[in-house]
Amino acid sequence: MEDTEKTLQEAEEEVVDEFSMFDEWLDKYEYLIELGKSLKDYPEADKTEDRLIQGCQSRVWLDYKVQNGRIWFNADSDAIITKGIISLLIKIYSGRTPEEIASSDFSVVDRIGLKENLSPTRANGLVSMIARIREIASENR
Amino acid sequence: MFPALSRKVYGKALVYFDNAATVQRPQSVISRWRDITEKSNANIHRAVHLMAEEATEAYEEARECVRGFINAGSKEEIVFTSGATASVNLVAFSFGEAYVREGDEVIVSEAEHHSDIVPWQMMCQRRGAVLKVLPVDDTGHLMVDKLDNLISPKTRIVAVAHISNVLGLVNPVKDIVEKCHSKGVPVLVDGAQGIVHRAVDVRDMDCDFYVFSGHKIFAATGTGVLYGKKKWLDRMPPYMGGGEMVGHVRFSGTTYAPLPLKFEAGTQNFAGVATLKPALETAMMMRGEGSGAAGSCLALRRELVENEAAVRDYLLDKLLNNNRIYLFGVPSVPEEKIPLFSFSVEGAHHEDLALILDKMGIAVRSGQMCAEPLMDRFGVTGMLRASLLAYNTLEEAEYFIASLDRAIKMLV
Repeated sequence: MEDTEKTLQEAEEEVVDEFSMFDEWLDKYEYLIELGKSLKDYPEADKTEDRLIQGCQSRVWLDYKVQNGRIWFNADSDAIITKGIISLLIKIYSGRTPEEIASSDFSVVDRIGLKENLSPTRANGLVSMIARIREIASENR
Repeated sequence: MFPALSRKVYGKALVYFDNAATVQRPQSVISRWRDITEKSNANIHRAVHLMAEEATEAYEEARECVRGFINAGSKEEIVFTSGATASVNLVAFSFGEAYVREGDEVIVSEAEHHSDIVPWQMMCQRRGAVLKVLPVDDTGHLMVDKLDNLISPKTRIVAVAHISNVLGLVNPVKDIVEKCHSKGVPVLVDGAQGIVHRAVDVRDMDCDFYVFSGHKIFAATGTGVLYGKKKWLDRMPPYMGGGEMVGHVRFSGTTYAPLPLKFEAGTQNFAGVATLKPALETAMMMRGEGSGAAGSCLALRRELVENEAAVRDYLLDKLLNNNRIYLFGVPSVPEEKIPLFSFSVEGAHHEDLALILDKMGIAVRSGQMCAEPLMDRFGVTGMLRASLLAYNTLEEAEYFIASLDRAIKMLV
């Protein structure tokens, strides 16, 4: 990640600011679609059962590696808006220490209105993604 | 006439194209439910007081309406349940208890809804029987010819949808019934979609069981119907025990109530069931049937039928002639198709499309549509489905196509 100088809280604020520029939900989706498309390639071989996040309507794989005490995430989904959402999370939480991740309350997803604007099944998927990120952080403390 | 249809979503007029999941209720159904609840809320078939009599009368009147609607021979053959799923479960259990032994076989089609698969699977597990599958071809048509080889002396029952909730094609149920009966095998027809779009005459169809849900045909949720030929229902044991379904209860043994009450244990959803009367009247109007008293009413009926066909043909044409779109369930003739379209779009995930369409005010279904085996058959993880009714308009269909184009452009 190029901008690890930013604190996690600053990265969260940046996402909230970016989202607040859009009035229309369709524009927010356009933005998520762009984010999803720009997510770096995820190896086909890593689309394994153990990397699959349970509870999502579309399939989402989340992989990570730990380097110098920081956790780096990579993810993919067969649905592009879902991919956009997870890339949003990666933007904020990748390259952080487990402690930093643990310190976040993840309220950013509420502040940008993602949760209430997704169908319940989709919102559950988002909750599952966050839960998995937290789990990975706590396993690597 | 349908209050929910005039609401707005995200500031846009609602376009409701998820009618195969549930339809919107007409005012007459809402009023009926409220009337019963406000004025005649008393437990049916038990007390002698006036309110109980009114509630019982409304409930039994609905039974007669259903009987007439599907032309069943007698009211004894109409059992109220909580929905089509409950009806299939009832038959799978009780018929299984009475007629299915170890090594016997049950046949279902590849295009069935989970509700017409899982109850049979459970029964087969319980009874040690084997579930066999009647396949569909690439266009979504049932391969009825294969039935001859599938049916064996061990086949106890065949279960098949009147119209698949994914493919929207009217299956040749009468031929299937004839074929099965020629080998002495009874047939259950899942009419969850069929009852909405086609006139059903169970005596003409000669099926042994016909099941449907109330909520898909304008009635209150939590209502359902099981039609069964008396000869089967008589010999099937009760599904649930408890109030209403008994004759006499002694600790030494219990006798059961006569049909259909034998299968209606516990306090029934009487307020819901009572809405079947106005609901079926609405259904008949939507299909252009029934005897409308006023001339204007007849004109309206004809208009609704012509509108539904026009909308279906428009969408069929648009979806078939878009080379990015793959339609599942391609009719040989348009009349074979109900206005239900399940499709996938090359390069765009069904879930993304549904999410974007939702924000444009359009309600469609995405996913497996409770038919995973059929998804596997076509090698997809899900589909997008637009399902319409006679109350949907050509303008809505045009807006849907334009919005779909826009959504596809956003995604690919």
